[in-house]
Formats: sequence, C-alpha cells, structure tokens
Amino acid sequence: MSGLCDKVVVVTGAARGMGRAHCERFADEGADVIAIDIPAAADELRDTATEVEKRGRRCVAAMADVADFAALTAAVEAGVAELGRLDVIVANAGIYPAGAPTWELTEELWRRTLDVNLTGVWHTVRAGLTHFGDHGGSIILISSTNGLRGTANTAHYTSSKHAVVGLARTLANELGERGIRVNTVHPGAVATTMILNDVTVRQLRPDLEKPTIDDAAEALTARHLLPVPWVEPVDIANAVVFLASDEGRYITGTQLVVDAGLLARA
Amino acid sequence: MGGRLTGKVALITGAARGIGRAQAVRFAQEGADIIALDICGPVDTVVVPPATPADLDETTRLVGEAGGRIVAEVVDVRDANAVQHATDRGVDRLGGLDIVCATAGITSRAMTVDLSESAWQTMLDVNLTGVWRTCRATAPHLIDRGGGAMILTSSIAGLKGLVGVAHYTAAKYGIVGLMRSLAKELAPHNVRVNTVHPTNVDTPMIQNDHVRGAFRPDLKHVTREQFAEAACSMNMLAIPWVEPVDVANACLFLASDEARYITSVALPVDAGSTQR
Repeated sequence: MSGLCDKVVVVTGAARGMGRAHCERFADEGADVIAIDIPAAADELRDTATEVEKRGRRCVAAMADVADFAALTAAVEAGVAELGRLDVIVANAGIYPAGAPTWELTEELWRRTLDVNLTGVWHTVRAGLTHFGDHGGSIILISSTNGLRGTANTAHYTSSKHAVVGLARTLANELGERGIRVNTVHPGAVATTMILNDVTVRQLRPDLEKPTIDDAAEALTARHLLPVPWVEPVDIANAVVFLASDEGRYITGTQLVVDAGLLARA
Repeated sequence: MGGRLTGKVALITGAARGIGRAQAVRFAQEGADIIALDICGPVDTVVVPPATPADLDETTRLVGEAGGRIVAEVVDVRDANAVQHATDRGVDRLGGLDIVCATAGITSRAMTVDLSESAWQTMLDVNLTGVWRTCRATAPHLIDRGGGAMILTSSIAGLKGLVGVAHYTAAKYGIVGLMRSLAKELAPHNVRVNTVHPTNVDTPMIQNDHVRGAFRPDLKHVTREQFAEAACSMNMLAIPWVEPVDVANACLFLASDEARYITSVALPVDAGSTQR
C-alpha cells in the first residue's frame, strides 16, 4: 500500500532518536536501510541495524560525519553497492549545541552547527542523488520548528534550520521535472536526549534548584496546544514515511510541522 | 485493506463525488463508518454541473463495498438547521463521531471588479460559512468523544492569490483563519484541526468547459489534453492535476493516529504549485 516495499532509504543520524525511528518505520513498510552516523555512535548504530533486521529487512550501517563529504559519499556508495538502489533520502543528522546570545556565539560553535545542520544536509542530498534512478524519488530534510521561527540564544541552530528550508525549496524546483519530491519536516519538542538532558531541563525550569524531567514536562506542556509535553520520535517518523510513500506522491516543496501545536500556540 | 481508522466514525460534506467521495471510500477502506452529506443539486451562480442524488448513491455503494456502514443525507451546508440535524441523526445512528471532513465547496469565476454581489455572497456562504457551520455542528460530538480530528479542505488559493477567483481565494484563506482559531479552542479537548490545500484535482469541478476555457482562453473548445498541457505549468511536478485519492490520503494521514500530534497545520497537496 505504501509503495515502499523493496525500496532503499538512506538515513543520516541513524544511531538513535528520530534517526532510529525513521529506520524502524521504513523497515516496517518493507524498505531496506542505509543507516549512517558518526563513529562515536557505532554501538548504537549497530542496535539500529538490529532493529531493522528484526523486521526482516536488510540494513547497511556505515560510519561518516555528514560534514565530511568524502566519507559520506563512501558510506552511501557502500550502502547502494550492497542494497542495489536508492529511492529515499532522509537527511536527519543534526546537532543542538549549547545556546548563547547571538553576539556571544563563538566562531567555532557557529561554524560547526552550520557544517552539520546545513552543509551536512547538502552533502547528504548530493551523495544520495547520484544514485537515484529514473523512477523518481523522495527527499525529506529534517528541519525544526526553529526552521520557521526564532527563539532566543539559538541563532546558530535557528539559522541552520531556516536555511534547510531554503535548500529544500530550491531542490524541489530543480528536481520536480524528474519526479523527485523534496519536503521538510519540522519537529517541535521530541522525546530524545537532545532535549531530555540536564542542561535543557535546567534551562526549562530556571526557577527550580534541582529540576526533574517531570518539572520540565510541565513547562513544555504549557507551550503546546495539545496537552502533551513532547512528541515521540515515531511521530516524526510517521510523517516522514507518509511523505516518502505513494500516499504523498504529489506532495513537494512543503513544510510539514509535527509539534503538538507549539508554533500555533506562540 | 488496512485498519488505520478502525472503529471510527467520519462525517464528510460534499461526499457525493470528487474529493468528498474519495475521502468516504478511502476512510471506509481503513475501517471507518461514514456520515455522508451533500447538496446533490445546483447552487445559484455556479455553472459547473452539479452533483446529483445518483452521485451520492454511488458513494453509498462504494463505501458499502469497502465494508463501511454509511448514513447519507441530502444537505445544503448553507442551511444551519439541516446540517445540525443531519449530524445529530448520523451520530445517533453510528454511535459517535471522531473525524470531520469539511469538504463541500463551489467554484465560479470573474475578475474581482466584475464579481456580482450574489456570486460573492454565495461563495462565502458555501465555502467559508458552510465550513464553519459544519465545525459548529460537529465539535460538541468530538468533545463528547474525548478527542478527534477535523480536516478542512482549503486550496492552493488559501495560500496564494489566483486571478479571476477573488471570492474563492478570500473564502479559502478564511478557512485557514477558522482552522487556526478552532485548533486553539479544541486542543484542550484533544481535537486536532488542520487544513489541506490541493492544486487542481481531477474532478467535475475543474473538468468542465467553464474552467477549461479559463486555462485556454485562446481556444473555443478545450479538450482534456489541451487543458492538461496548460494545467501542467502550474505545478512543479510534471503533472496537470492530482487525483481525489491523493487529497483523501493526506486527510487519512491527518485523521489517523499517525498524526496524533499534528494540529493547526496547513498541508499542501499541490505538486509544488505554491512553491513554484
């Protein structure tokens, strides 16, 4: 039904969080997976591969930093060589480094954020696109609610995620004729270690001395329309799979927000 | 087929044909029961051939074939009492309500300065006020149920201006505003509200001499093929129009648990038309 059976998808940032959820959901739909993440995440990346294989699909796990085009190209090529084709690109790898007022961000922090969140996405598209056949395909870039609005102390992150939208809009215009669709997905607060960590929890509850996850949940719920503190990685993966599937065959150039009403509440 | 809406009841306006019928059939394939409403007749100022009772009968047959129960009624969304009573009867028969698709809509055409009072007013009455009436009649049932999803059918004309349809564009933009307010009001009740924005859809609403002629003013009689060629230029993908089922699939996704945390979103199904 989904049209994803026996297709091949490449997912970056595949070791954990949303990336792993994408891999699992695509495997559920019958697709094989090229799962890419940085060498430091090798153990978790193996667990992702195991999850895909448990679902009866093949997984090529390969290590590369998306900022390193040569390494990324080699990783994608290795995957395509083994799995035989490529139909879907999910550029998911991203970092959410410590925040600071725009004028206090260091050169290094700014550059590393753009290298991964923007240049890494461009690299991923370039590395994957050469393997698309003449049967079309689907590209999904993971942006953020910060790709559509700004928040204080996130200029590096917010700029990178906005830029991903510009990249997607351009690509959609360039690739439409070839039947290749390009869309962005904009998660709000997702229950991953990117937000469920001590630093973020303290930022969310500066009023408390030793805030817990539950304290943070309260603060997050207050930001949403729907009465939930966060969405789960699988909710983002469901949106990605919808866009990649035949059910989204004529959706391109779109920004799909999955945020429990975070943007709409603001 | 699948069971993504098993045990759910969906109310759909404009269900006799086109997008509304595709929603009814697609939802039934996924296990839903259907309350199908349609005017099944002409609307003043509209020259597009109207839906008929036979069209609604065909939707009924197709839903049954897909294994769904259906309550179908002839209702004009301009008649608030009729919408309310048909909703209440359908909910009573099928035991509740989980999903609402406000799909009923009309089209007519004239440059803004040449639009008649009646063409303007009828457009707003059906395409905007009719959607509001549908939401108003159904919202209490969704709240009773403890949650649900509303999908309002807007258009690419709800995201950008189009020539010769100012009244249609104003109404379709209005639907987005309605959706945004309603999403805020209903979120505490676990009801999600979203819009879909189709480009041209291969339905009787566009496949007629009137609309074809607007795309090819240079020709006296426009064939489907000549229309297709001109319509392609609107989209990024090399297609002239999408099928009703493509809009229905997007609505199915938004109605399903897969989108349980998606609310207040405007989802184009437009082959890239709004980004071109």
